[in-house]
Amino acid sequence: MATIKELAQRGDKLSPGHRACAGCVPIIAFHQVLRSAQGHVVCGCATGCMEVVTTIFPYTAWKVPFIHNAFENVAATISGVEAAYRALKRKGRVGKDIRFIAFGGDGGTYDIGLQALSGVLERGHSMLYVCYDNEAYMNTGIQRSSATPFAADTKTAPAGKVHKGKKQFPKNLTEIVIAHNVPYAAQASVSHWKDLNRKVERALAVEGPTFINVLAPCPPGWRFPQELGIEMARLAVETCFWPLYEYDHGARILNYRPKEKLPLSEWTKHQGRFRHLHRAENAHLLAAAQEEVDRRWELLVRMCEQSAGQK
Amino acid sequence: MSLKSWKELATGGVIVEAGNAATYKTGSWRAFKPLWKEERCIHCLFCWIYCPEPAVKVEGGKMKGFDYDYCKGCGICAKECPEKANAIEMVPEF
Amino acid sequence: MAQIVALTGNEAVAEAMRQINPDVVAAYPITPQTELMHKFAEFHADGLVDTELVLVESEHSAMSASVGAAAAGARAMTATSANGLALMWEIVYIAASLRLPIVMAVVNRALSGNINIHCDHSDTMGCRDSGWIQLFSENAQEAYDNAIMAVKIAEDRRVLLPVMVTLDGFIISHTVERLEILQDQQVKDFVGEYRPERYLLDVDHPFTVGPLDLQDYYFEHKRQEIEAEENALPVIEEVSRAYSTLCGRGYDLIEEYRMEDADRAVVAMGSTCGTAKVVVDQLREQGEAVGLLKVRCYRPFPYDRIVAALAKVKAAAVLDRAVSFGAKGGSLYGDVRSALFSNNGHYPVKVIDYIYGLGGRDLEEEHLYKAFADLKRIVQTGRVEFEVGYLGLRE
Repeated sequence: MATIKELAQRGDKLSPGHRACAGCVPIIAFHQVLRSAQGHVVCGCATGCMEVVTTIFPYTAWKVPFIHNAFENVAATISGVEAAYRALKRKGRVGKDIRFIAFGGDGGTYDIGLQALSGVLERGHSMLYVCYDNEAYMNTGIQRSSATPFAADTKTAPAGKVHKGKKQFPKNLTEIVIAHNVPYAAQASVSHWKDLNRKVERALAVEGPTFINVLAPCPPGWRFPQELGIEMARLAVETCFWPLYEYDHGARILNYRPKEKLPLSEWTKHQGRFRHLHRAENAHLLAAAQEEVDRRWELLVRMCEQSAGQK
Repeated sequence: MSLKSWKELATGGVIVEAGNAATYKTGSWRAFKPLWKEERCIHCLFCWIYCPEPAVKVEGGKMKGFDYDYCKGCGICAKECPEKANAIEMVPEF
Repeated sequence: MAQIVALTGNEAVAEAMRQINPDVVAAYPITPQTELMHKFAEFHADGLVDTELVLVESEHSAMSASVGAAAAGARAMTATSANGLALMWEIVYIAASLRLPIVMAVVNRALSGNINIHCDHSDTMGCRDSGWIQLFSENAQEAYDNAIMAVKIAEDRRVLLPVMVTLDGFIISHTVERLEILQDQQVKDFVGEYRPERYLLDVDHPFTVGPLDLQDYYFEHKRQEIEAEENALPVIEEVSRAYSTLCGRGYDLIEEYRMEDADRAVVAMGSTCGTAKVVVDQLREQGEAVGLLKVRCYRPFPYDRIVAALAKVKAAAVLDRAVSFGAKGGSLYGDVRSALFSNNGHYPVKVIDYIYGLGGRDLEEEHLYKAFADLKRIVQTGRVEFEVGYLGLRE
């Protein structure tokens, strides 16, 4: 695990001059992941904000080999790159050791790209897939995804007079990935950079398909002031909405347990997408959201304890 | 940058100058500007690790100020600067 | 030198792939392509190729992985049919735009719905404008030969475009034919090694593939693709000549069959050309001046060669094995008519179109007799009674 000074001494793989919004947290996630990746890497990104802002022709922020193909297929695309690597390495046409990282947003990962991701996980390609989860389709203008939290206000599931935002709870993608029997999967947050750094190092050290789901708040999408991005990521962890845990060769490990579990409202109250939840007539929705967060947290804690008990 | 004709471009729509986005200066986006108070800085580098650009200059493991060519003035650095240091202040750009 | 074998079209293409020994093959089953990949998987399982065989979960991922592999610096191949090609469609365009020389066998099958597994050309016609080179095969021999030539054409620096090698579903893919195959070393020498100028695994020379292209550059990149298509015609001729020398069979962009003094011709692609040759021979024996213009290279469309071949006849019938709904006749008809007006010239040959063979409906010899009889009436009366007709359809 690298210290912050060590990380700062490594050259960045992504240049400044990209067109991410001021205060963009997903791009911070990219920086943190890439700084944690040592040696040679080839990266890909699904269509989405980060692909757009880093590669507006004729400018690219990528200092390492990079490919964008389409929205739903970054996993399949990088699996092709990785297959080419195995073939050319065997034939002596590539000598260097190279690792592969695919990035996708929640739209490109939880939804339209889930099949390609599942294929990669099942086939066992040696690559790290990083989902930067900003909880909606931000690139197309803030539509709900299957990662969008319950009751959040988005452009396709707005909080109106009758319907109060998204009706469903988010899909648990990290557990879906784990169900593929992958060697390593983790949930991380940009606010906890040390934990994220360690997870990326671990994921890249493991052979086979690995996965990290990084919560990456979006100031315009979530509607919070642009300086609060890291704080929003931190509060998601402190409220146990976004637990930090990992799955390493069959064992679930809880990486962080808040000293005092904050109520969900400590997170939602800063965000315009949840403003309606803080009106008296919608108190039941906030309560339902809290209940589901508690249920999932307790289930995860039990699963992690069970893993520990098996050791 | 003058626009190139189709005959001057690399085949396949690729960009061959890796990292050339650095020639695109985003500092003009700024409405607020971070001011670094060197004497208060504890060189924790949280401002650097949380900077989206990155627009925080680090040399030899020490904070060396901001790169205003790229800083978009989001204020994350000031927000994440430890309270005990409080070494970054956001001020209006104009 | 050449070895004579009995193979189905699918097996013939798989055999070509074994000899090419691509770095990466992405495979997903669909009828009638399935046996092609079965055969290749056997070669892989027996260690006869050292390909990375990526057994993807969909055709969309087959093309996506092929794009990744080709961009990474590998020689990549895949195969599909019909709905599989339709599912790939988005990435088919991207492969051509990124100028990646992927070679794909397309075992032609009708597109749904209703679902049908038999031959027509609606699948590849849907990719007509995708930027891929499209080579049509008359039989298993040509499918084998085209697969080998396709690699060389695709990877030529003047071209760098993906190539579809088509073979008619079941009619060619599942019929055992006698054919000649080259020696392994001959194929290896002919295709050479894929050495791209830039590739992702060359980590010392990083570059960005597939960026966002806006109003200021997208158009220029499309113009480059147009140029590549134009460059492809002489390259296909060149590669075909070289291969013809190697194998002893003559290949060209088109084939003019008994066209030298013909006053009537049919224009066709794929296995139908075999049937047409039989009918042309029979009519010639009866003293009829008829011929066949076979289009082997459909994209890029060899306009000048088509004009030169058809300018000699008085009437021609185009045979389209796919509908272009809402257009007059099929796509081949539209291209042939366009060719006859190219360079602002107007060639006074009367041209009609027949839609035939949809969903695997057989084209029988009597259908072609009818077509030539219709053309004879046009030549004699100078009148065209109908522009688009149907062969083998119950009215």
